[in-house]
Amino acid sequence: MSTSTPVQSAAGVRIAGLRKAYGENEVLKGIDLDVAPGEVVCLIGPSGSGKSTLLRCINLLETPNAGVIEVGGFTATDPEVNIDALRRRVGMVFQQFNLFPHLTVLRNCTVSQVKVLKRPKAEAEAIALRHLEAVGLGHLAHRFPGELSGGQQQRVAIARALSMDPELMLFDEPTSALDPETVGDVLAIMRKLAQDGMTMVVVTHEMGFAREVADRVVFMDGGVVVEQGAAAEVIGNPSQPRTQDFLRRVLDPTHVGLEAE
Amino acid sequence: MSMTARQRSLTIKAIQLIVLVVAVAALVLATNWGKVGKTFFNFGEVAPMFPDVILVGMRNTVLYTLGAFAFGLVLGLILALMRRSEFGPYRWIATAFIEFFRGVPALLVMLVVGFGVPMAFEVKWPLWVNVILALGLVSSAYIAETLRAGLQAVPKGQLEAARSLGMPQWRAMITIVIPQAFKIVLPPLTNEIILLTKDSSLVYVLGVMATQYEMTKFANDGINQYNAGITPLVVGGLLYLVLTLPLTALSRWFERTTQATSRAPKRATEAAKKEEVAA
Ligand SMILES: Nc1ncnc2c1ncn2[C@@H]1O[C@H](COP(=O)(O)OP(=O)(O)O)[C@@H](O)[C@H]1O
Ligand SMILES: [Mg+2]
Repeated sequence: MSTSTPVQSAAGVRIAGLRKAYGENEVLKGIDLDVAPGEVVCLIGPSGSGKSTLLRCINLLETPNAGVIEVGGFTATDPEVNIDALRRRVGMVFQQFNLFPHLTVLRNCTVSQVKVLKRPKAEAEAIALRHLEAVGLGHLAHRFPGELSGGQQQRVAIARALSMDPELMLFDEPTSALDPETVGDVLAIMRKLAQDGMTMVVVTHEMGFAREVADRVVFMDGGVVVEQGAAAEVIGNPSQPRTQDFLRRVLDPTHVGLEAE
Repeated sequence: MSMTARQRSLTIKAIQLIVLVVAVAALVLATNWGKVGKTFFNFGEVAPMFPDVILVGMRNTVLYTLGAFAFGLVLGLILALMRRSEFGPYRWIATAFIEFFRGVPALLVMLVVGFGVPMAFEVKWPLWVNVILALGLVSSAYIAETLRAGLQAVPKGQLEAARSLGMPQWRAMITIVIPQAFKIVLPPLTNEIILLTKDSSLVYVLGVMATQYEMTKFANDGINQYNAGITPLVVGGLLYLVLTLPLTALSRWFERTTQATSRAPKRATEAAKKEEVAA
């Protein structure tokens, strides 16, 4: 699992005054967040606080209502932006893997290289195999996703995203749908990727991972950034009551707060 | 008096068997078999129907059916995509079209297209074009709904994953979504061909020439041509089964293979097995 190469170019992200509403329901209420090239930021916060929406705004799976998002050289919020060109530079890993079930593992990793980047098939396959081997799954290249365990599928999903040479990787609760015993493999790959210098924005409930890997932890609640800082500070010694309350719940699931949720 | 579950089920089966035997016996005894044979199964008399009923009739049935299906499939796909469009008028037009053609009899559409269109637009194209237009219009409405359901059955995450990899909308649809939807809709589409095969018999209302006869027309004319009762209709019916039974088998086979290829992740299958054992 050590054949991956350091990231060629990593992009930064600048988010300012980002707002997103679904009808009357304002989900993001003015988010400011900068991510430096090569930085790893973990987004934590209670369910419904807008973490996924924020992540999905960055690669325009959701259209922001206001504010500015810049990714690498792109202004995502510019109405003239080439959405597909932007997305080519941004890898996304979903909670539910979203592998293409009708294509083999290898084809999952080559289809967009060939159809979008116009790479020759042989080159695309070599690149895909390199990434599959890096996640320890080269031997499953000709299987179909349905034949793989959840943890294996998520590792393929990461290899698929990396095959496009992204400059930024977005992870939306990548281990939440996994059996506990497979979570470690996926986190190990993400840790390696962070070491290789990839810019990463990771929504996660894995506090151990956040503590160890994140350069910065951002706590969101109710569509705003409540607190952010070094992992040790935000997780180990949070200053805001909302953060303290959330972490008590996450770190001790048996804890019953005074206010029922 | 009490019975075990096994005894009860045996008793029920015995009663069902007795009812069946009595019904068949009554039917057999009450029937004048000589007359039935002459009316329905007088195959010797209708031998002259062959080979034309195959070479012309079956050929035309297949031609009308496949032509209408091809047209219906293209139009149906366009309608299905229009119904998903973000542009309101496209959705409304497609919905109105689909509801209209699902709600009126195919016979009526055949008459309107066969007589009305040539009159109104002063076109004079061959009969088969009208047939394919009429049947294709009707089937496109059903096919559109089938395809729409198939597209909806593909999880939203598939399109999102494809778009996240930089694929434009059309590319994601063609390479990722439509192939998955297609597998889902193969069985219902096969059923649509079967329905079309039978609907192609409606051509007779347009007043066809001998070379344009399909199987039902041959069968119907045969009643007056041969002194064999309605045996020609029986022949026609059997020939339809020759076409439709393989399609039915094909549809079943599609259903089985789609289930086999969309294997659930191992985890899910194992969980399902455990539940089975527990149950
Ligand atoms: N497509 C959508 N339509 C309407 N409301 C949505 C949609 N997606 C998310 N929401 C709402 O936005 C809020 C934030 O959701 P989300 O970003 O998924 O939170 P998180 O990922 O932090 O759990 C929730 O209240 C959710 O119900
Ligand atoms: Mg979420």
